[in-house]
Amino acid sequence: MPVMTMLDALNDALHIAMEKDDDVVMLGEDIGKKGGVFGTTAGLHEKYGDMRVMDTPLSECGIIGAAVGMAVYGIRPVPEIQFQDFIFPGFDQIVSEMAKMRYRSGGQYTCPMVVRTPSGGGIRGGHYHSQSGEAYFAHTPGLRVIMPSTPREAKGLLLASIFSDDPVIFLEPKALYRHSKEEVEEGYFTVDMDTARVAREGKDLTIVTWGAMLPIVEGAAAEAAENGIDCEILDMRSMLPWDANTVIESVKKTSRCIAVQEAPRTCSFASEIAATVAEKCIDSLEAPVARVSGFDTPFPYTLEHIYKPDKKRVLGAIEYTANWE
Amino acid sequence: MTQATEMLQVMNASGKAKGKTPSGLKAEDLKAMFKAMLETRLLDQRGMNLQRQGRIGFYVPSFGQEASQIGAGYAMKDSDLLFPSYRVVSIALLRDVDLKVLFDQAWGNATDLCKGRQMPNHYAIKDIGWTSISSPIGTQISHAAGAARAMQIRGDKSAAWVWFGDGGTSSNDFHAGMNFAGVWKAPCIFMCENNHWAISVPQEMQTASQSFAAKAIAYGMRGVRVDGNDVLAVYEAAKEARARAEKGEGPTLIETVTFRMGPHSSSDDPKRYQDPALFEEWQKKDPIDRFREWLKGKRIWTKTWEEEITADMQARIAKAVEAAEGTPAPELETIFTDVYADVPRMLKEQHNELIEQIKKSGDIEDTSEAFPL
Ligand SMILES: Cc1ncc(C[n+]2csc(CCOP(=O)(O)OP(=O)(O)O)c2C)c(N)n1
Ligand SMILES: [Mg+2]
Repeated sequence: MPVMTMLDALNDALHIAMEKDDDVVMLGEDIGKKGGVFGTTAGLHEKYGDMRVMDTPLSECGIIGAAVGMAVYGIRPVPEIQFQDFIFPGFDQIVSEMAKMRYRSGGQYTCPMVVRTPSGGGIRGGHYHSQSGEAYFAHTPGLRVIMPSTPREAKGLLLASIFSDDPVIFLEPKALYRHSKEEVEEGYFTVDMDTARVAREGKDLTIVTWGAMLPIVEGAAAEAAENGIDCEILDMRSMLPWDANTVIESVKKTSRCIAVQEAPRTCSFASEIAATVAEKCIDSLEAPVARVSGFDTPFPYTLEHIYKPDKKRVLGAIEYTANWE
Repeated sequence: MTQATEMLQVMNASGKAKGKTPSGLKAEDLKAMFKAMLETRLLDQRGMNLQRQGRIGFYVPSFGQEASQIGAGYAMKDSDLLFPSYRVVSIALLRDVDLKVLFDQAWGNATDLCKGRQMPNHYAIKDIGWTSISSPIGTQISHAAGAARAMQIRGDKSAAWVWFGDGGTSSNDFHAGMNFAGVWKAPCIFMCENNHWAISVPQEMQTASQSFAAKAIAYGMRGVRVDGNDVLAVYEAAKEARARAEKGEGPTLIETVTFRMGPHSSSDDPKRYQDPALFEEWQKKDPIDRFREWLKGKRIWTKTWEEEITADMQARIAKAVEAAEGTPAPELETIFTDVYADVPRMLKEQHNELIEQIKKSGDIEDTSEAFPL
């Protein structure tokens, strides 16, 4: 099996999707000859040309709006937004159009498209190249909101997204693009978007996370294990719709729960997890549900590493929660 | 409006006079313009080197665009409000910015006016009427229209100047800002620097319009296309636009046709998408070389004078760099301040949690990677 970084795996998925179906097209800024600012679309323009891999004028509104039109017509666009922070000029198209097309037309029209976009910090890019905006999208019924956490997951989830008949916001944790490698199956395969993944089994405490926080949580869990705390880690994969069932089952087993995210705390997806666990697991809970998150501030430049939750912050929460009596 | 598609020039490609010297410019002015262009080049060279040496994280040079910027900057009045892009540091030099202010920002250190909160080149310098730059392309364009309207409301005779690129004309805010300023006849000058590229996307993929200046017509405003490597032509166009703004004759869109003679930023490699022949062609039209030739023709330039400017600027840069690099990072609390007028209780609590964490588990390690674009 080939060993890939997340970037390789995403690039592979895009090549496979375009090969498999002539209706899959891509549009965005610098995705052609340059191959994307991170190299995610490398080689695609060379292979498929201007009609299927389109460098567009600099307008996210245009990119997403035009993709909605393509999807309504019946092809499968995979627009790229260079950074999630630049998606907002196209936000109206996402919230008012892409998300609601199926519902408002009584199911006559659909919007099968995937907006791929790098998300989160890790490259010292200041607030406009670092934000984690998943909650904005997870608050929009009709969208699917996906964030992968490993190379294999990224490939399988992207292929599942592209061939899904729902509109998808596919958030790529840029901190993990080149972070590590893993074995990834060759050719076409999909990963189930609707089910959270148990990334580590454990009995003492459940940690719910997604995207770039996963390796940080894994590092913290490994260290906690040395101190006799056995953490279960759930990788959510999807934040809308989301798999509450797997979370509830796990917390019923461990009785303790922490949600870890890079995004600001208030009104976040971690808040949703905490609320649901409070609602559904009250009889099993032995400690308050904790949230580890970015602060409720914009994302700083120089102090980026202090803003983002790190292993120590997660470990602190593990100890606090595990030792709660 | 033929000016929207024709290109104004005062000097030809090799710096020989083509039109007359713009009225009102004395030898001292011409020298000041050349000096600012040269200083910009030197500053950018240093900025790029510092990034290559790993001493700052990122830099955006304006190589090749010095005339396009200084020509317009020289037509500004002191009270005018600026809405710059990330590629016009030259204008700050014209307004006599302290170089340490620029390098503090590049390091994002404790004395940075913006408290280490933004990437390099995203300055905000209120003292010189320089509003805060953000990364999202085009957002400053509608701000400029609004500020210009506010000037009208107050009866202030100033103007608002906004800079953006060829790529910026595709943004939502370009259309909104142009439209509003047109409707309001606001004293706003839209400086579109057409440097031929939006990262890797060439200008012909940005618009099917005959020129960027032609876009003005549809908004009922004056559009002018000017040789952006001809500092005097840019000055002439900008001066006229400024006069019109003051007389209540409305906004102007000026397209300066120039070329990005460097990478998009310190993270970009144009070899992947740019034909080297095109670069070489534009190198022959280097705006500094051209203006130097023109000044030589007028017997204004001397070699010693240029050497003096260079030595002086390099010394000032070295001093500012040393001071900025030696300044520590901002205090932790800067994560939480300036989000609101006063730090709300919820942020005070989050700040306290952070302090407790560091007390308990020690300093936080920096694991950020290099910036890709
Ligand atoms: C809304 C938005 N989309 C994408 C980007 C990424 N980006 C940064 S600069 C740039 C190109 C800008 O080109 P242009 O407007 O011509 O200005 P130039 O860089 O050439 O000065 C792009 C696409 C961004 N900063 N903002
Ligand atoms: Mg440009």
